[in-house]
Amino acid sequence: MKLTGSEIIMECLLQEGVHVMFGYPGGAILPTYDAMTKYDDRLHHVLVRHEQGASHMADGYARATGEVGVCIATSGPGATNLVTGLATAMMDSSPILAITGQVPIPAIGSDAFQETDVTGVTLPITKHNYLVTDVRDLAYTMKEAFHIARTGRPGPVLVDVPKDVQLAQTEFEYPEGEIVLPGYHPPSSAEESEVSDALRLIEESERPIILAGHGIMMSGATRELRELSERAQIPVALTLLGKGGMPEDHPLVIGMMGMHGEASANLAIQEADLLIALGMRFDDRVTGNLKTYALNARKIHVDIDRSEINKNVRADVGIAGDLKTVLLQMLPKLKPKSNPDWIGRIRDWLEDSSERDILNYETPGRLLTAQVINDIWEQTQGEAITVTDVGQHQMLEAQYYPHQRPSTLLTSGGLGTMGFGFPAAIGAKFGKPDEEVWAIVGDGGFQMTLCEMATAAQENVNVNIAIINNFFLGMVRQWQELFYEKRYEATPLFNPDFCKLADAYRIPNRRVTKRDEIADAVQFARDIDGPTLIEFVVEKEEMVYPMVPAGADLHDMKRRPKPGEG
Amino acid sequence: MTSQVDINKVTVVALVENEPGVLNRIASLFRRRAFNIDSLTVGRTHKPHISRMTIRVVAGPEYARKIATNLEKLVNVIDVRVLDNEPHVERDLALIKVRNDDANSRNTITEICDRYPARIVDVGPKVAIIEMVGTEEILEEFIDEVRPTGIVEMIRTGVVSMGRGTRIHDTNFTRRDLAKIQDELSAGGNGNLI
Repeated sequence: MKLTGSEIIMECLLQEGVHVMFGYPGGAILPTYDAMTKYDDRLHHVLVRHEQGASHMADGYARATGEVGVCIATSGPGATNLVTGLATAMMDSSPILAITGQVPIPAIGSDAFQETDVTGVTLPITKHNYLVTDVRDLAYTMKEAFHIARTGRPGPVLVDVPKDVQLAQTEFEYPEGEIVLPGYHPPSSAEESEVSDALRLIEESERPIILAGHGIMMSGATRELRELSERAQIPVALTLLGKGGMPEDHPLVIGMMGMHGEASANLAIQEADLLIALGMRFDDRVTGNLKTYALNARKIHVDIDRSEINKNVRADVGIAGDLKTVLLQMLPKLKPKSNPDWIGRIRDWLEDSSERDILNYETPGRLLTAQVINDIWEQTQGEAITVTDVGQHQMLEAQYYPHQRPSTLLTSGGLGTMGFGFPAAIGAKFGKPDEEVWAIVGDGGFQMTLCEMATAAQENVNVNIAIINNFFLGMVRQWQELFYEKRYEATPLFNPDFCKLADAYRIPNRRVTKRDEIADAVQFARDIDGPTLIEFVVEKEEMVYPMVPAGADLHDMKRRPKPGEG
Repeated sequence: MTSQVDINKVTVVALVENEPGVLNRIASLFRRRAFNIDSLTVGRTHKPHISRMTIRVVAGPEYARKIATNLEKLVNVIDVRVLDNEPHVERDLALIKVRNDDANSRNTITEICDRYPARIVDVGPKVAIIEMVGTEEILEEFIDEVRPTGIVEMIRTGVVSMGRGTRIHDTNFTRRDLAKIQDELSAGGNGNLI
């Protein structure tokens, strides 16, 4: 049967199990939007208010489900508006497929209306991209694109489709069988010698620690991680994106590592004699100064991306492979082990670092972000999917909302994209309609993508927005306080009345200024089947502690002054 | 300008799909990872869908491995090999236009060319073009000798390399597109040979 390129795109999406796509129409993608009318019953299109929102929604969908999230935009400005979302997904290995319209082939290169070299622009921020110049290549390209997005180290893939290719007709047949690409062979299992080397290092270690990253969840290796940790009694520190990789109430989990990580986790890393890095990439926010990082430790590094091995930290045993596969190779030969002294020491540090706990500070008439996060955690029984934006609230979420299940904290880690949280939460809710979803955002980041309130209202998406409003770009202000002698240039914010704004979008809302109002407001939001907004007016000049200043040694943490000090 | 061949140069050979934009992807990778290219050559192989690149970089072996693992990540890059640890043949080609306007310089040029695998491929009353093929080291040496006679124009292709012996660097992969084109050709249609 002959189909148009546009119809082929729809058919391919269905073949790949897509039910929802996030997009915005325009001239060069109109044939594809026209084709949607025939597929309305099977493919739901969510109309966003800005293409950046579409890219973050696809990303949130992908992170929540592990499936490929789809966004769609027109040529030129439509496509360039996806750029931030693609870069975000690239840095955090999130599988998204972006479909963009392009001017007709004869017009390409002529500076036609709304023409941009989109494959050129997105080259460094996609895992791969395509410009389809022949409708006969379209189905195969779509299949390849999905394959590349979701396999190996996942990432964003963009398919740019000229308008005449969307209109051209050809016989449609979805390619059967596995995609075989000459230059694309993601590693899977480890060499036997690598496995035995890794096991030997574990056996020889006295102070081992596991650094668990995003790869745990991408590979579906949560059970294997837990078994490794329990059988060899190895404490687990989590990266920001690794949160949820092991239940945080597990006695062997010692919390998040890095710039705003638990002091105990950072100290343990610096004291360890073995790091077992699983599906993480030694980001500078995790290591601090590389010259003084974990100097006493040998390193085992397992990652699906071979180029990550020895990139920042030299591995004694570097294994390029799928984490679950590699752990399953290791576990049968892993001997039980116990490290009571080591675990005891870490426990002492835990006690010590709990001094940072500000939940129980007397704060009459003031509201602290940590209290808000903690109370949302209590009200939601720690079971919600939380999607954060970037900044102080993000770090405090990571510190005060323990996650028990994988893929329940969605956050822009690598790129640190302000404006990510709210649209990503909408995408996550589409992916996990039965889960409770909270967008926890700052007053700065929220204003970057708040136009998506219209999307949430139009679709009646049951997402609860918690705005942590301190009338500051809080994290930048924190740096200005610490490193720029409190010269608060361009960080105080004149904000709209967020509740009135929500009213304008017909979104039910509350404002909270005292701690005893939190529980009630959270319950109000939970009871409504649709978007809600709660504005938490918090202390203006809060700090996030502990903090390893950029480039400082990991053990050189600034600690929270005790009440009455500083 | 230094005539010394940097001892820290390494050679990376990559087999890539002969597709539009592949060179751009590789150049973009080098730029964004801040790898420094000394020379890059690309050309077709005996298989029409496969091109081969020889990339020379000023780098240590560790750095070369980083480059190789990053190149391998590109979907259109089929295979990458760092050549320095295996015996290999390398060749660079230069076209050098030199002043040729008096008997003295003519004699000097002829004399130098006789001692190298070089030949004069174009002679005019004022200038001549020399073609010189060899390893990078020999080229540098030759250029140093010719320089005093007055080089007015020069171009080098950059190094191409191939491992010695039976360790063949090739791929048996046949692309879908090629298979399609071959099908079309054998069916008597007009193959859309891009």
